[in-house]
Amino acid sequence: MASGVTTAGRARITARTMRTDRWWLLPAVTVGVLLAFIAYSTWRAFEGAHYVAGPYLSPFYSPCLASSCLPESSHFGEPVGSWWPLSPALLVLVFPLGFRMTCYYYRKAYYRSFWASPPACAVAEPHRSYSGESRFPLVFQNAHRWFFYAGLVFNVILTYDAVIAFRDGDGEWGHMGLGTLVLLVNATLLWLYSLSCHSCRHTVGGRINAFSKHPLRYRAWTLVSRLNGNHARYAWLSLIWVGLTDLYIRLLATGTFADPRFF
Amino acid sequence: MGYDITMRVWRGDAGGGALQDYVVDVEEGEVVLDAVHRLQATQVGDLAVRWNCKAGKCGSCSAEINGRPRLMCMTRLSTFEAGETITVTPLRTFPVIRDLVTDVSYNYEKAKTLPAFAPVPRDADGNYRMAQVDVQRGQEFRKCIECFLCQTVCHVIRDHDDNKPAFSGPRMFLRYAELDMHPLDTNDRRRLAKDAAGLGMCNITKCCTEVCPENIKITDNAIIPLKERVVDRSYDPLVWLGSKIRRRDQRSEPPPTPPPTTR
Repeated sequence: MASGVTTAGRARITARTMRTDRWWLLPAVTVGVLLAFIAYSTWRAFEGAHYVAGPYLSPFYSPCLASSCLPESSHFGEPVGSWWPLSPALLVLVFPLGFRMTCYYYRKAYYRSFWASPPACAVAEPHRSYSGESRFPLVFQNAHRWFFYAGLVFNVILTYDAVIAFRDGDGEWGHMGLGTLVLLVNATLLWLYSLSCHSCRHTVGGRINAFSKHPLRYRAWTLVSRLNGNHARYAWLSLIWVGLTDLYIRLLATGTFADPRFF
Repeated sequence: MGYDITMRVWRGDAGGGALQDYVVDVEEGEVVLDAVHRLQATQVGDLAVRWNCKAGKCGSCSAEINGRPRLMCMTRLSTFEAGETITVTPLRTFPVIRDLVTDVSYNYEKAKTLPAFAPVPRDADGNYRMAQVDVQRGQEFRKCIECFLCQTVCHVIRDHDDNKPAFSGPRMFLRYAELDMHPLDTNDRRRLAKDAAGLGMCNITKCCTEVCPENIKITDNAIIPLKERVVDRSYDPLVWLGSKIRRRDQRSEPPPTPPPTTR
């Protein structure tokens, strides 16, 4: 029996959509950009090399916690030890990956572009049944706030990485190169992405009903709400920039070119 | 200055129908509803169309124009390219009655299941008092004109008619959010939103927000905050424990209303 827009009783129109614009363009671009990032980050995560260049540590490998880490990358020791047989990046990437996978904005992006559910507004999806996020496994999207909390810890660590990038390769302070700027922008974008998160908005004040009784939290909610309006923009900028940051450090580490030094 | 436009209008009823081609004489500055009215007045006197205010405030003239759910009275003819055919169909999510008129009673049946506002007792002087800052949050939701464009574009029911008994749709989530955020309301509607209204089926692809003629941020300001509140209630043990220990948030849960008969 027909379902969806061809359900009996509805206006009998067989076309999946009557839209005449290029509705497929945005999902296609989304697939292209996300696939490029996934391919690059997977390759880099498994590569296990070229992630440190002087004072710069790639965000894909920070914090580096296993014994297999390069010595100059272990800013927080090696608590994981030597039992971990794979690339140390895999130990940490699961958290930012989980944060982005469960992010309300990315959910919209990949449900539309990868799962075609729906591919665009008023364009019929190809699936015969649908239960949304009410059942396993998608019910686990409700864990977003836990990944948000973990993401904040990572932001602190990546900010620390940006600060110590003001040292030179010998550990002397008072250095700044293009890599320092790249790491600073990276940390800033990641903070903007995290602080504009919908779970953050809820946590700082959204769950309150009487704002008038919580003026500070209302103020915080107002600020986060303002950031939240640009959440999608920060999501894309921070994603692309974190990839470019890693690429920059890899190019330095492989000696492709030298880091331009400001002072 | 008058000019001709080419229109394709769906004509028929629940038993069947088809798109019919017309050439309609229109004037500068007119909207799609004007063109439909002229068509009705000059060529097809029995064309069925629902309308009322012609000002984007009654929500009656919802239709799908070139595949996009829109108000006919708020869609200017000047937004189309010269020579572009304007296709008008009835809403493709609800049963058609005739021509451009659909049976939207599904929405009213869903509205009946939503427990009404249950305020705290009045102050000693017989008044209710709310701070302006608390009033403002719900004002956005009260802009809803019940055009049901958000309901018709929602793929959960548009593409899966079998979900209608379990899913109330974005317009109802707007109402759930408005009441749940109301500082004077005493009911806890989070479980109902999750279980009876099917909030978990929404995968936040934001089409409801895209089509809202009142520019209500349905997804960001109502659905996602409501989902976060449901996480507080059902998926976050820490928040749940905190609310029990500190005896906060002790609102009563209204009994669910029996599910309505839907078409």
